[in-house]
Amino acid sequence: MSEYNFAYLDEQTKRMIRRSILKGLAIPGYQVPFASREMPMPYGWGTGGVQVSAATLTPDDTLKVIDQGADDTTNAISIRKFFQKTAGVNVTEKTAEASLIQTRHRIPEVTLREDQILVYQVPIPEPLRFLEPSEVETRKMHALEEYGLMHVKLYEDISKHGAIATSYAYPVRVEGRYVMDPSPIPKFDNPKMEMAAVQLFGAGREQRIYALPPYTEVISLDFEDYPFEASKADHACDLCGAENSYLDEVIIDDQGGRIFVCSDTDFCTSRQDQTKEEAA
Amino acid sequence: MYVAVKGGEKAIDNAHAWLAEDRRGDPSIDVLSVAQIREQLSFAVNRVMAEGSLYDPQLAALAIKQARGDLIEAIFLLRAYRTTLPRFGTSHPIETEKMSCIRRISATFKDAPGGQVLGPTFDYTHRLLDFKLAADGDIEEAELASKPLDEAVPHITNFLNAEGLIQQEPNTDTEPGDLTREPLELPANRALRLQSLARGDEGFVLGMAYSTQRGYARNHAFVGELRIGDVTVEMDIPELGFSIEIGEVEVTECETVNQFQGSKTEPPQFTRGYGLVLGQSERKSISMALVDRALRWKELGEDNLGAPAQDEEFVLYHCDNIQATGFLEHIKLPHYVDFQSELELIRKLRREAQSHLQTQEAAE
Amino acid sequence: MNTHLLQGGFNAPPQDGARAFRSIMNAMARPGRIFDVSGALPPTPMSVACGTVILTLCDPETPIHLAPSRDIEEIRHWITFHCGAPFVRASEAQFVIGNWEEMLPLKQFKQGEAQYPDRSATLIIEEPEFRNSGAALRGPGIKDVQYFSLPTIAAFQQNAALYPLGIDFIFCADSQIAGLARTTRVSEE
Repeated sequence: MSEYNFAYLDEQTKRMIRRSILKGLAIPGYQVPFASREMPMPYGWGTGGVQVSAATLTPDDTLKVIDQGADDTTNAISIRKFFQKTAGVNVTEKTAEASLIQTRHRIPEVTLREDQILVYQVPIPEPLRFLEPSEVETRKMHALEEYGLMHVKLYEDISKHGAIATSYAYPVRVEGRYVMDPSPIPKFDNPKMEMAAVQLFGAGREQRIYALPPYTEVISLDFEDYPFEASKADHACDLCGAENSYLDEVIIDDQGGRIFVCSDTDFCTSRQDQTKEEAA
Repeated sequence: MYVAVKGGEKAIDNAHAWLAEDRRGDPSIDVLSVAQIREQLSFAVNRVMAEGSLYDPQLAALAIKQARGDLIEAIFLLRAYRTTLPRFGTSHPIETEKMSCIRRISATFKDAPGGQVLGPTFDYTHRLLDFKLAADGDIEEAELASKPLDEAVPHITNFLNAEGLIQQEPNTDTEPGDLTREPLELPANRALRLQSLARGDEGFVLGMAYSTQRGYARNHAFVGELRIGDVTVEMDIPELGFSIEIGEVEVTECETVNQFQGSKTEPPQFTRGYGLVLGQSERKSISMALVDRALRWKELGEDNLGAPAQDEEFVLYHCDNIQATGFLEHIKLPHYVDFQSELELIRKLRREAQSHLQTQEAAE
Repeated sequence: MNTHLLQGGFNAPPQDGARAFRSIMNAMARPGRIFDVSGALPPTPMSVACGTVILTLCDPETPIHLAPSRDIEEIRHWITFHCGAPFVRASEAQFVIGNWEEMLPLKQFKQGEAQYPDRSATLIIEEPEFRNSGAALRGPGIKDVQYFSLPTIAAFQQNAALYPLGIDFIFCADSQIAGLARTTRVSEE
């Protein structure tokens, strides 16, 4: 493709994004403003993740794109194709083979390695946004480390429902300083965020980038008497039998029949393949 | 046996092919040319250029054709194209004082130097469907003015300026920021606010302006002047060492004159709202001027009435239709992972509530 | 201008820049670990690593300050030609280039603001060499402990104490770099 620069973005835009990524890594969990560009896909459909990936990809990378844990969801396909076309990089559906993984709403089940990068698509990067709609105010709250509002909200949940009524995009505290939105991953994935890989978060419409270096302390907010719980459906996968993976509930008939299957499609198929091999 | 859905790639390709077919419509009808759109749907072209922030009627017309007349989709196409263009430099500010006007009206004075020029406007048309257009009728040529409009037509507000009755706009040499190159930071200055409104959604800006007229931060606007016409664009060429005209753009400019009782910091005087939009777009430029005026409450020492149009963050963060439509429409994307976690939570909460109820009943 | 100043840039800017950024990103994400970078050939005494970092991160939007040892006409011209970054005083710089001895006191550089801690300087420090021994580094990006031959300890401890404000560092020697973020906790061992 000669009509576009490598990975679509022009070099000046990439440098601007790269500088933001570096400051993001230096201040884990802090949202760095960046001059997000209009991409040839709509805001809200992963433009932040796409810009971060475009600024990070090298010609030697192998890219995996997942949405809801699956490689074959339409928007994941669309983004993967975009980079195949504009960057000519290798692509894979296998988590272990990927050097850069762009994701929406999930962290893969297998433990990521030091030589991998996980790029998250983020819709609303501000964890305090639903408590305080004004950016001017939330920016002040982060500066003053004023997170009382968040604790009040979680505590109100407990007094009303007997539990914290947040099941995804569950807020975390990074290195004891910034409260961060982990993007809308299910809270089941929160404990995985202390990982060996570099994690980068891109919010295109909201013009924010943030990051977590490997092994950064990421703690899900909770209370001593109501500890955080990484919950999932209380079943095993009906396809591969996994008992420790996040499950999707699939309705299979109109009599209320349902099965539970791994949301991480690569994890599930590898396990099924392995079982077949062992049987053979 | 359940099999995970595959074949998304094929589905996307098929959807695109179907879309292209639908765009073409009935093949027995002539294909619409880009030139036809450019010449005959010029208000659509103007809106796409204004909100797409790119002055190119030909490309705007192409975008409208490609988007099947969905103007927000066309604006999006133009914006995405625009970001990839290299920047050669910055033009001098255009001088609307030197505009060759095709329309120029003032609501504040019966007449003024330069005169009232009605120009090509829908204003006094009777909104009756013209069935002659359906019958393909050609139009008669309009009569030419006996003498063309003076070269430079002075701004109406200058007359108020001369009397010291209108608040002065200080001339500064500060370079205005660029929303497309730097993330928006609040509070924004007026240049940035105007930039944001100029490319903001016409419907959103109209709604905001209308709300001020109906009493949400009412600011008593008169159209001091509305003018439409071509202005030349000049740019310094470093290699040449001087500036040259690189072209002409058509713009619509609106200056409102607003009643003002004075405040803690300012004497009673008229104040201004300003709107400037690429192409012919009266509705947008007037709306923009009203919203601009409403957003100026702080610098004029007015009270914050808590009206939506006074809230800079609310207006600027929500006026961009490309951001808005993208985020709105993204809820079509699969969210079943999050939904699953909500299902689990609701079931858990219900279980707990139920068992709580049962223990209560047992106790009673 | 000498014609050789026109040389020494990236051969293939998108690809060279992408590979160099991967190393720089890894360096900032994993303080004290040493990574290879190459692609630029700046005039002496600037190292290949330092030149590559500049070409990867700097452009007309990033004001640079050259400390005296690097404030050499040839280097200025090379930077101007290849990335167009403006030269400014120490207190205004987004990137600062020089030897460690020239960097003190660190408070002469931008530390960031409470609401925008990212608006702080990044120091690109030229060292004759470095090794994975010496000071003990702990914090984000480091599994347990990482050793690195820092030129001093006190200044980095003071910088870390300002968190979330503070300065970030990229050390360069020949064609190698190592990073140190403001989050890194430094001790004698």
